[in-house]
Amino acid sequence: MRRRDAFRLIAGLPLVACDTTRPNRGPLHFVERANKRIESILLSDYEPEAGAITPPMAFPSYHVAPAVPIMPKDWSLQVGGMVSRPLKLSMEEIMKLPSKTLRIQHFCVEGWSATAEWTGVPLSAIAERAGAQDVDYVEFRSFDVPRNSTRGYWSSWDRDSAMHPQTILAYGMNGKLLHPMYGAPLRLYGAVKLGYKYVKYLTEINFLESETGGYWEDAGYEWFAGV
Amino acid sequence: MGVRRAQPWPIRVAHLVNIVAFVMMMTSGLQILRAYPYFGPQGETWTWVPLQGWDSPEWLRSGGWLAGARHLHFAWMWVFMANGAFYVGYLVKSGELRRRMFWPPRDTRPAVRQLLRYLKIRKDSEPVNLYNGLQRAAYTGAIALGLLEVLSGLAIWKPVTLHRICWLMGGYDSARVIHFLALLGLMLFVVVHVVLVAVHWRQAPHIVTGGPKETTKETKETTKETMNETPQEETKP
Repeated sequence: MRRRDAFRLIAGLPLVACDTTRPNRGPLHFVERANKRIESILLSDYEPEAGAITPPMAFPSYHVAPAVPIMPKDWSLQVGGMVSRPLKLSMEEIMKLPSKTLRIQHFCVEGWSATAEWTGVPLSAIAERAGAQDVDYVEFRSFDVPRNSTRGYWSSWDRDSAMHPQTILAYGMNGKLLHPMYGAPLRLYGAVKLGYKYVKYLTEINFLESETGGYWEDAGYEWFAGV
Repeated sequence: MGVRRAQPWPIRVAHLVNIVAFVMMMTSGLQILRAYPYFGPQGETWTWVPLQGWDSPEWLRSGGWLAGARHLHFAWMWVFMANGAFYVGYLVKSGELRRRMFWPPRDTRPAVRQLLRYLKIRKDSEPVNLYNGLQRAAYTGAIALGLLEVLSGLAIWKPVTLHRICWLMGGYDSARVIHFLALLGLMLFVVVHVVLVAVHWRQAPHIVTGGPKETTKETKETTKETMNETPQEETKP
């Protein structure tokens, strides 16, 4: 290779890797897959404990529906997929299960952080009740439906993160029942993912053999999104 | 007798790779910052951090949008880190560290004298061994800032799984401030570096070509600083 060609190659490299409108294909996706492996190796059962709680009004909230999604009257949580006992749980039944209260720092993909205390049932306990098989992925669905769509906000997780001791189905925030602004009646919460992985307004949890993407993930954000 | 150039090839390669990697990291980083250009946790903005709410110009950004920029950042970070490790490793192994790194007992006074010359307070000159004290201070500072960028970056990337590094950086929000301030420091370094290279344009091509050949005595004398900025005459055996 002539020296001039070498310089052209170096100058061209960033452009080759630059189809950033579709980062879920090409060289960037290749690196994302490598990073995913590194992130899952880094993941441990370490349980962080956060500091001061963010003033309630300062904790940002968002939903993809045009208005704050309100819980349907016949709401229940369905647990399905590769399970031996599919479940249909009411809020009453969920709140009778042994719960955990955790103070966790929230990391948003945008860069900000906020802290709150969350109360809920460990997802691992739900998985055990349902007799979930040893599959690699867990999918979460919601009734937060964007305009011009019938499909609610959703996400899918690797099993190890889903079974992390601090991953819970939360119905309480800072000692009160979860407000509709923050995902009432039930939302996913935990300590090992970026905010957009914590699906609010839950309707369904499915244990699956294949990864099913997610609302922001399909738009191009990282799928693993560990912190 | 050994023949060496002012800029040995590993340094030239690392420098060229670093230009690309640093530009990619800086521009994608500024695109990421734009998603939330404020510092401190929600509910208490740390107003002492400069440039908050900065709408950085488009030519300083890459990746187009938050997700695109994050993918660029988390891909090029490996190039940036590997290249930095290669460079520092070479400096240590080759002994170039002695000529290039700021060593306070040796370099403090020459650095101050050089600063006074830039400020036109001193008008004398003194022999220089490749770099003067002030250059050594600047280059060492840039490498320290680069290391700080890596540590604070890892802390932001994985504040939970890499919680020890995050703790070292004073927590997530503090690591974000360090990551940004160190970038401003590196951007200042690049501007001054480019201006001074333009002023001393005769030596500028050396970072690509390696510069003229110098001779060094491969005896005990190599530890004595025998290399000058101006090439010495080649002594024939």
